[in-house]
Amino acid sequence: MSRAVAIGVDVGSTTCKGVAIDADGAIVAHRVEPTHPRIEEQTTRVVAALEQELGTSGLPVGSTGYGRKRVARARALTEITCHARGAYKLVGTAGVLVDMGGQDTKVIRIGKGGDVADFAMNDKCAAGTGRFLEVILGRLQVRFEDVAALVKSATRAVPVSSTCTVFAESEVISLVAQGEPLEGIVRGLHQSLASRVAALAGRELDGEVLMSGGVALNAAMVDALASALRRPVRVLPTPQLVGAIGAALSVV
Amino acid sequence: MSRSIGRRIEFEVAGRVVGPALAAFERAKKLARRRGPGRPGKKSSPFGPPLEATRKLKELMTTHYLAGRYADGAVPVAWVTSGFPVEILRPLGYHAVYPENHAALCSVQRVVPELSDAVEKEGYARDLCSYARTDLGSVLTGKTPVGRLPKPDLLCCCTNICQTVLYWYRALAAHFGVPLFVLDTPYVYGQAPGHHRTYVRAQLEELVGIAERVAGKRVEPDELEAVVRVARDGTRLWGECLAQSRARPAPWTGFDGFFHIAPIVTLRGTEACNAYYRMLRDELAHRVARGVGGIRDERHRLLWDNLPVWFDVRGMSTLLAERGFNFVCTSYTNAWAEAGSRIDPADPIGSAVLAYTHIILNQDLPNRLDILRRLSRDYSVDGAVLHSDRSCKPYSIGQIDLKQRLARELDIKVLVLEADHGDPRAYSVEQGEGRLTAFMESFA
Repeated sequence: MSRAVAIGVDVGSTTCKGVAIDADGAIVAHRVEPTHPRIEEQTTRVVAALEQELGTSGLPVGSTGYGRKRVARARALTEITCHARGAYKLVGTAGVLVDMGGQDTKVIRIGKGGDVADFAMNDKCAAGTGRFLEVILGRLQVRFEDVAALVKSATRAVPVSSTCTVFAESEVISLVAQGEPLEGIVRGLHQSLASRVAALAGRELDGEVLMSGGVALNAAMVDALASALRRPVRVLPTPQLVGAIGAALSVV
Repeated sequence: MSRSIGRRIEFEVAGRVVGPALAAFERAKKLARRRGPGRPGKKSSPFGPPLEATRKLKELMTTHYLAGRYADGAVPVAWVTSGFPVEILRPLGYHAVYPENHAALCSVQRVVPELSDAVEKEGYARDLCSYARTDLGSVLTGKTPVGRLPKPDLLCCCTNICQTVLYWYRALAAHFGVPLFVLDTPYVYGQAPGHHRTYVRAQLEELVGIAERVAGKRVEPDELEAVVRVARDGTRLWGECLAQSRARPAPWTGFDGFFHIAPIVTLRGTEACNAYYRMLRDELAHRVARGVGGIRDERHRLLWDNLPVWFDVRGMSTLLAERGFNFVCTSYTNAWAEAGSRIDPADPIGSAVLAYTHIILNQDLPNRLDILRRLSRDYSVDGAVLHSDRSCKPYSIGQIDLKQRLARELDIKVLVLEADHGDPRAYSVEQGEGRLTAFMESFA
């Protein structure tokens, strides 16, 4: 295993991610935990655990995500910059990155040199985010690992018009009460979410469409997004860790 | 409303003696506090030295609002929208109240949620402009940070800034039971055609008669001409203040401009307004000559589009200044300098038709793009922030297109930032600051 040179911590609204990278930017160790309210304690522990695993100490730390300012001895940068840096390191070309996290959905245009050319984010509510899916799937008692197969099995999508998490929840309950099939509703939810992200991405999509963030682990969402954008969507390797990789790269 | 001599004396004393004295007292209190021990953080401020003119600004606005408390019953009082041709009212001795300026003040003082709650209880929707909610809330509850607003004898609204004012002022008219004059300015595509001008002109002529009747006095042509000349000179002086920021570093911040705009909005057409801007312009020019900046280390120059986020101006400007970013121009402050080019004392009514019809918010998108392009070039900006203002739809519409065109044509970075000009409940500081920070990081 090559030597670690930096640690990146991405404290999101849902999960806390830590990675250690080597001089080539490759991951040599990582951790993913649900985010705790005591961010300073948690991130100190995550950094210490990574260093212990690698038998090293005092590595430079970069931080990002909502809790970035609460990470001890770290250089804090926004998720926009870190996701762009992480993605560029992984693919090496310009493109459009869709990062769907727990609380934010971002569309980032990565320039030729890996810089952030432009970005757009969801307005200040959870519509169009991972939390939206999490809440509704929870309500329908659908397990995350079953989502992709369920959506695939649907013969048609039941349209869900609300993208407000709270309204969609009540809309979905009434659809269930009307006897609509579960798999069709779940497919409709994915389409509703994807169309919102596509609107955020706008009309100009230069280059390849990339995807990062925890939601990229949901194959049904990736398919729905590709249909909405009418383009293939390439999921980055370890999509959940892209921000943390970018944070680590910023202190190398 | 009947007017009395006693009331007039109170009004004059408030405006000429008590207002300035009160401002001087506040200043002395502040100085005493400053001399006290342990005033940390001064050296670490990312801003340049404070503007001397700010003291005069405070005095001017304190006096204006203080005199306003005693205006009803002393002089005719008109409540007017920001884009209304107030020049016609001035020779008749009207005290003009600007509910929009008052609402901005309420936002800075963070009393908007309380006032808005009061009107929401009356059935007004929270989607309504926060200025309208604040004003109606203040009217319904009688609460205001300025002590008291005088009751109007006449309400004057002009549709050149939005259509909301029409319904807002109708609600005021129903509440106060006073006449409402609506100046309807058709939306302009390119240049206003002849029949639009004839239509607006006829309304202005009607306004003269109504304002005279309410004031119980006639407009003397030479007095009107004199007021229009003062208003024209005032807008030119304001333009000269703004133009100082073409220098590098800009001698003040665009956010300073948001506060120093108050006299040209509320006191346009008065000598006090012009004297103030002469003083401000000279101070800014002096700073330019000495290379003094509005922020200590100006590394990037930005344009701001739309109204300010009044309740967070300080927070935003500090966040930016700490990283070497300054808003050197704003389409909002520029709007009050732009109108001046059309005002002509030789033809007060005819020139008012042109000036008040061709207002940024009453013109089509190509015109707005032209303005943003021109400002970007004149002030050599590297980026622009377009404030998508939940409360001001006419100003926010088309910003996605404007963003793409500006970014492509001028090769600058552009951010659309969702916020609100008045209501802090419609803005998330954490998310807003995150976006601004990411935007600034992209300049590295």
